[in-house]
Amino acid sequence: MDDKNQRTLSVSSDSYESSSSSENEELSSYIFYCNRPEWSDVQPILQDDGPTPVVRVAYSRKFSDVYDYLRGVLATGEKSERTLELVTTALKLNPANQTVWNYRLDIVLYLKVDLHVELQYVSNMIRKFIKNYQVWHYRKNIVKILNDPSAELEFTAEILDMDPKSYHAWQYRQWVLRKFSHLIEKEMEFVDKLISQDIMNNSAWNQRHFVINNLAYDSNKIVKELQYTFDKIVILSKNESSWNYLKGLLLFKDNKILENKVRDFCTKLYNDGNRSVHLIACLIDMLDADIKSTEPKNIAKVKFALKLCSDLANVYDPIRCSYWTYICSDIEKTYNIKGDDNKIDNNDI
Amino acid sequence: MNKYLEIPRFKLDNESIETNTSISQIQVEKKIEQIFKSFCSNAECDPEIPVLHREDHINYIKKHMFTLPENYECLDSSRPWLCYWLCQSFALLNCELTTEEKSDVVSFLIKCQHESGGFCGGPNTIPHLAPTYAAICALCLIGTEEAYSVINRENLYKFLMSLRLPNGSFKMHVYGESDVRAVYCAATVARLTNIYTDTLFEGSARWVIRCQTYEGGFGGLPGVEAHGGYTFCGFSALLLLQSVHMCDTKSLLRWVANKQMPFEGGFQGRTNKLVDGCYSFWQAAVFPVISGLLESEEKRPIGSLYDYRALQEYVLICCQYKYYGGLIDKPGKPPDVYHTCYVLSGLSLAQHAIKNSSCVVGTPENILNENNPIYNIEVTSLDKALNYFRAATQINY
Repeated sequence: MDDKNQRTLSVSSDSYESSSSSENEELSSYIFYCNRPEWSDVQPILQDDGPTPVVRVAYSRKFSDVYDYLRGVLATGEKSERTLELVTTALKLNPANQTVWNYRLDIVLYLKVDLHVELQYVSNMIRKFIKNYQVWHYRKNIVKILNDPSAELEFTAEILDMDPKSYHAWQYRQWVLRKFSHLIEKEMEFVDKLISQDIMNNSAWNQRHFVINNLAYDSNKIVKELQYTFDKIVILSKNESSWNYLKGLLLFKDNKILENKVRDFCTKLYNDGNRSVHLIACLIDMLDADIKSTEPKNIAKVKFALKLCSDLANVYDPIRCSYWTYICSDIEKTYNIKGDDNKIDNNDI
Repeated sequence: MNKYLEIPRFKLDNESIETNTSISQIQVEKKIEQIFKSFCSNAECDPEIPVLHREDHINYIKKHMFTLPENYECLDSSRPWLCYWLCQSFALLNCELTTEEKSDVVSFLIKCQHESGGFCGGPNTIPHLAPTYAAICALCLIGTEEAYSVINRENLYKFLMSLRLPNGSFKMHVYGESDVRAVYCAATVARLTNIYTDTLFEGSARWVIRCQTYEGGFGGLPGVEAHGGYTFCGFSALLLLQSVHMCDTKSLLRWVANKQMPFEGGFQGRTNKLVDGCYSFWQAAVFPVISGLLESEEKRPIGSLYDYRALQEYVLICCQYKYYGGLIDKPGKPPDVYHTCYVLSGLSLAQHAIKNSSCVVGTPENILNENNPIYNIEVTSLDKALNYFRAATQINY
């Protein structure tokens, strides 16, 4: 007992030096598990790193105390209100410990905890630890058991409002939309909203592709999407997200009408003087596809494609000089035609 | 500025459209522009720079090898990762642990090995594919007989089999999520320790290729956004599964080439995100492999398809923590062992971007040991480990 008291004292004096005042308040009322009479029947198990530990984390006293008791109850497999409380504290200290999450789920199911309450708990954890894998995975487990997605789109929308590119949130949202497929009907509205808030949010563009891909194929819909994308490109022609999305639309079906629309759109932009690197790259792709599909080879088109590569390598996109030089040489090799313009710096190749 | 930073650098042109993305991008560019400017004025009088602060980084790694500060509590269940990141960084810097230290790391990893054959994030936790990958890579980097013999290959095989799903994907742990990392981790450890079988990976490549997105990179799962880390895992997994022909390499190459930032020189992880030093590895690792594939396909020399000089400049000028060593995400961020490993791993790839030719930016002493872009293990350690396990007896499947 003496030893335990000493530990508490030294922690409170440490904390006055190093922690913020709110943490101090929390700590000063905090009782270590080793000092809680109701836990005296549990044998804590110290971390066994072996005699010569490496990468040893300088745990706070609180962390060590909680995890010593956690190991103690994990060893006996106790499932009770008090272990649930201990697990809650342990996860707050380290939400990345999968073992503790698994244990929590076992306890929750054993105690028949109201899973809607548990969902609230994990919502709060996600708000605090958006980038953690385990919190999202745990949420998925709970929602699977509940078989009730009614709060999920709203919840992920809230997280995406805090962090519009949160990888976990988007991934989770896609899982919900796949598992409960009727929900996808309204997803496009959500995507529209996010793209209108930040036209450069690539995660929202990716979600747009996801939605289109998961709805029944409808060529009219794709044509409408094409127009939507053109409109967005006109607003911000140097936005890689919308150009990539455009490329994604062309993957849907081998549709000459779509390709022609894209070709017309790009040619007009280019002729109007736009020199967005993504526009030029798209023109090169279109020319390449065009040349491939016609016989005899249109030499003027090949030369134009080579000129565009050279412009990118030397003028508009010099960081990708070696890439564009390669694309240039690839076109030359495929059609056995040399470009007129020898400005390309071949030092890198 | 161009005198030292070898190519013209272009900043974002937001075409007068202000969004959260463009605002944060412009802030980063401003900060980096200042750093580049002050670098250029220093370079007027010191032609040696940029210099890799080797000693500082070695000290940083040594210090963290044994004790980590309290803020690493959140990585308490990733301790084999900490071992791997530190061992890989150390090997790239051409340093070796003492025999005793090697033994210490090995003894600790034994504590993390589960009887089921997998490794855990720390003692007394459940086995998990990610720490299994990290622990095995760390043991290969240590490279002693003692280290290799820790791995129970027969149980490891059973462990991998237990995580396999019918569609060929893998779960990270028994109740776990499955994503493209899991296939990469499983394929890597199976290849490293020579326990690979077609049965173990039946259908895996077909699953992985579903993660290649319309953008060209790979997402963590089918449908999810293309991302540098998952792209590395997906593409490397296809190579390890000898199924790289399934990949749309042209589209991947376009996407990954576009992830190099035209001003900063480093890589972003996803389209329209900010530069981060760790993608110096995750993204850049794809290039030497693609070049190799194209060379054998087209039967002509291809060379490097990204700007390895600009990448080295970003790392050396912007990603070294100036106060006490360690490497960082971007200026203003603190160092950590994760970034130290992946920034150095990427720097090594960029320095060895062209075979038998020096591509080292700054003083020649900046050179790191060569890295393998598929395993992310320093090459001499990797070759030694592969040879060791190649000669090992066949396990009973």
